[in-house]
Amino acid sequence: MIAILDYGSGNLRSVQRAFELTGIKTVITSDPKLCADSDGLVVPGVGAYGACMKQLVDVGGREIIMNQVAAGKPIIGICVGLQILFERGTEKGGATGVGVLPGEVSELKSQILPHIGWNTVSSGKGTKLFEGLDGASFYFVHSYAAKHTVPDAVNSWTEYGEEFLSAVERGSVSAVQFHPEKSGANGARLISNWAKTL
Amino acid sequence: MTLAKRIIPCLDVANGRVVKGVNFQNLVDAGDPVELAKLYGVVGADELTFLDISASVEERSTTLGMVARTAEQVFIPLTVGGGIRSVDDVDALLRAGADKVSINTAAINRPELISEISDRFGDQVLVLSVDARRGKTPSGFEVTTHGGRQGAGLDALAWVEDATSRGVGEILLNSMDADGTREGFDIEMITQVRSRTRVPLIASGGAGKLDDFALALDAGADALLAASVFHFGTFTIHDVKEFLSKKGYSVRL
Repeated sequence: MIAILDYGSGNLRSVQRAFELTGIKTVITSDPKLCADSDGLVVPGVGAYGACMKQLVDVGGREIIMNQVAAGKPIIGICVGLQILFERGTEKGGATGVGVLPGEVSELKSQILPHIGWNTVSSGKGTKLFEGLDGASFYFVHSYAAKHTVPDAVNSWTEYGEEFLSAVERGSVSAVQFHPEKSGANGARLISNWAKTL
Repeated sequence: MTLAKRIIPCLDVANGRVVKGVNFQNLVDAGDPVELAKLYGVVGADELTFLDISASVEERSTTLGMVARTAEQVFIPLTVGGGIRSVDDVDALLRAGADKVSINTAAINRPELISEISDRFGDQVLVLSVDARRGKTPSGFEVTTHGGRQGAGLDALAWVEDATSRGVGEILLNSMDADGTREGFDIEMITQVRSRTRVPLIASGGAGKLDDFALALDAGADALLAASVFHFGTFTIHDVKEFLSKKGYSVRL
């Protein structure tokens, strides 16, 4: 069973449905015990960085994520769920993130924002998430991104105005800037690849 | 590769059913939104848009169920528009499984609705739908309501600037002059709107030939929405994408 962290942000039902298609049992919850007992944790998220962090902190989600990471259990952040795993976001005056990944997320240098639509990912060497998916397209909706290499991690990249980190895998922590639950067959494959790490 | 140009079919729905007909072979129930959504997903639609043309509140609540059934089975982004007047309407649609909502008349009547929605759910959920035609406003383009039949007394370019400053994720630009003509997208209008906004621009109205899609992209559209040419099989989404790909545009094949 995996837990989908419910902190009032994100398209929880779509995420749940997409993960269930792989045959995994899921629960949408913010209960610390249920999360701790789960085999893996999904951190969704849409909207502004600061607003998401506030909602996360309000339900004790920060501790849930940190405990999951400390226990070495798989976790996957999606979209703003990726961004809040970093130390800081610069959106709307800036906000502190959970900080289980180093560095900050900042606005993309592109003439047209948000970055909306299908774009390709060049996956990093040794990736598990993108097995069979190198160069595949995924659906993105965001204006902010991490743009630095995360040390001791598999870093995967996408180009929109500039190169940004579209996915990172470090130990038990995975995160994707795109929406696998909205990325058709490629998204399903990625979710199923992640499920194999459980 | 770079970001792919999106091709988006639009389905009119009412009372939980697709209306205005869709002419596909081998379709058991052409009025079932879920079946059509699945089909469009399979043939390469980059997103899907439902326009709810329900007449009554009761019919609108049926739409929620339809959105939920679609979202259960279709794993590409779904935008729902039509009749959205409040943050609560948006909340209900997003909870049902819509990824984005488009608003039109309600934002013209009360522009504050734009920031109310984007403050709560983020800019990215909000597609501002602008029905515009040539008219006697400063830019030469005016906003209309009631499917292009009434002028709203608003300059289209000024409205796009005002609305985007309040927080919208995308503009869906419907040319009321080009709509239904099949004589091509409204290139002049696309060019003008593109020069006034930083958000992605979805162009709609007038698609008739494959070349029309390329011309609209050249004018600055990031995505192209069409209804009848896809529903009635003038060409398929794949035909459009293959054509664009051969011409050197980035598309998801």
